[in-house]
Amino acid sequence: MKPAGFIVGLALATLLAFMAALVFGAIRLGPVAVLGALLHTGTASSKTTLIVEAIRLPRAVLTLLVGAVLAISGAAMQGLFRNPLADPSLIGVTAGASAGASLAIVFGGALAGWAGLSLVSMAAFAGGGLAVLLVYVLATRASGTSVATMLLAGIAISALAGALTSLLEFYATNDMLRRISLWQMGGLEGANWSRVTVLAVVAGGVLVGLPMLARALNALLLGESEARHLGFAVGRVKYVLIGLVALGVGVSVALAGAITFVGLVVPHIVRLAIGPDHRRLLPASALAGACLLLVADTLARTVIAPTELPVGLLTSVLGAPFFILLLRGTRDYAL
Amino acid sequence: MTLEIDQLTVGPAGHERLVDVSLRVAPGELLAVIGANGAGKSSLLQAIVGDVSPVAGRVVFAGRAMDRYPRRERAMRVGVLAQASPLAFPFSVRDVVALARSPHGTGRRVDCEIVEAAAQATDIVALLDRAYTRLSGGEKQRVQLARVLAQVWRAEDAGTRLLLLDEPVAALDIGHQSLVMHTLRRVAATGAAVVFVAHDVSLAAAHADTMLALADGASVACGPPAAVVTAETMTRLYAAETRIITHPTTGTPVVLHG
Repeated sequence: MKPAGFIVGLALATLLAFMAALVFGAIRLGPVAVLGALLHTGTASSKTTLIVEAIRLPRAVLTLLVGAVLAISGAAMQGLFRNPLADPSLIGVTAGASAGASLAIVFGGALAGWAGLSLVSMAAFAGGGLAVLLVYVLATRASGTSVATMLLAGIAISALAGALTSLLEFYATNDMLRRISLWQMGGLEGANWSRVTVLAVVAGGVLVGLPMLARALNALLLGESEARHLGFAVGRVKYVLIGLVALGVGVSVALAGAITFVGLVVPHIVRLAIGPDHRRLLPASALAGACLLLVADTLARTVIAPTELPVGLLTSVLGAPFFILLLRGTRDYAL
Repeated sequence: MTLEIDQLTVGPAGHERLVDVSLRVAPGELLAVIGANGAGKSSLLQAIVGDVSPVAGRVVFAGRAMDRYPRRERAMRVGVLAQASPLAFPFSVRDVVALARSPHGTGRRVDCEIVEAAAQATDIVALLDRAYTRLSGGEKQRVQLARVLAQVWRAEDAGTRLLLLDEPVAALDIGHQSLVMHTLRRVAATGAAVVFVAHDVSLAAAHADTMLALADGASVACGPPAAVVTAETMTRLYAAETRIITHPTTGTPVVLHG
């Protein structure tokens, strides 16, 4: 597939998915009315404007950003670990966030959050950040940070955090247990403008910062020494990359729960379509992740409306068959 | 001198991987490093480029200590071929070779020409649009070599240049071994110094100007092939019975078993 055409197609698809997310929902709005509300032409009814501005728009923007950040982070992690099976949760961020969120749900009780962010979100971010920091410190010696050790330390820290989560689940009441389990499935129903603002700042950094490392990531695929011999500051690239991914995924997970599949499989789908060159892979993954999550969330809201399905369930149901189809159709994808 | 190594020692006391190795390589010179497995050949290349820090001694490249070079400037002048590269993503061969031009910024057109030229020199032109992951071992080795050659291809990009190649012909058939050795000679003729590790002593002797024999990290012999490749040195290096004859037309030493 021609990379340029693929990326333009993805951008158009993302735009369409974004519009669909505003149009479809428990109450169906006309595309014209939605556009009217967005552009303040005065043609839309006040109810339509309210639904679009207060409910659907922040949710669609949050979904777009979460999808983009998870997918681009996954692509970067697979490059850094030189392993197509890596995903952003590999450095412990998701398991840590899960433990943090569970702690807040079980012990936080009715404590209120701050600035529109719930206590659960903040605890999740703290847990994710702490886990990544531990993994990084464990894998760093005087001679530098070993990516292989990081992978193993990530597994160990994830296991520890998972054990903590299980322990909390064991002592949780039925209501708490349900909240923990729903949080782990991920969901974007908590979207509001203050959450969007927080994520937009972080996502801006991630979506601009990671593509700037694209050439270094290409070289890193050859091996760390090879990248160094090609003149890249491998040590600095590593910690900037891990920092950006931890921040982006940490905030995404804190605001939208653990949405699986996007970070692992979207980069694969894109790589199968346009190859492994990070200069194209990173932006294309961001677009594809945003598009997939927008479609998944729109379906999650509408399939059995007014009840919402967990969005993580939809991303897997939508993405997996597509991925399997692509896998069957390619020769060059030797792992 | 392109490369001056003085009394280089690598590794903790009692477990040195290199002991007191000194070496001079001039521009245009082809130097072959021979020795048994684990004799310190790869460690020598790593120490030269600064992947491992020496406990004693120094490496001077083009009049300046190797560790004093800014990363990018060194990348424009020094190409390193490792024994194996773990690339597991389906880059096209052209993309892999083009990665070599990352430090240069010479523009797309020049880079494409250099990629083509390096591909020609290693006989991988027919592979350029194939996926790297689907190549055979020998083909991958030639692609990696083309990449390293493309990195230091032009004299006008860098001036003094150095190639450090760890077993560049180990996985190649006789035809490609010969092609690669002639290519290295041509690259050296543009003013680059070439240091390569070899297991095929006869092949190395046929093409190198100078040979360095390493045993247990120490230099056993260093000089022109005829002086280094002797039955005594072979026994010392490899603990194997060998017979040395002279090539009937070129006059270089040839090692026979038994």
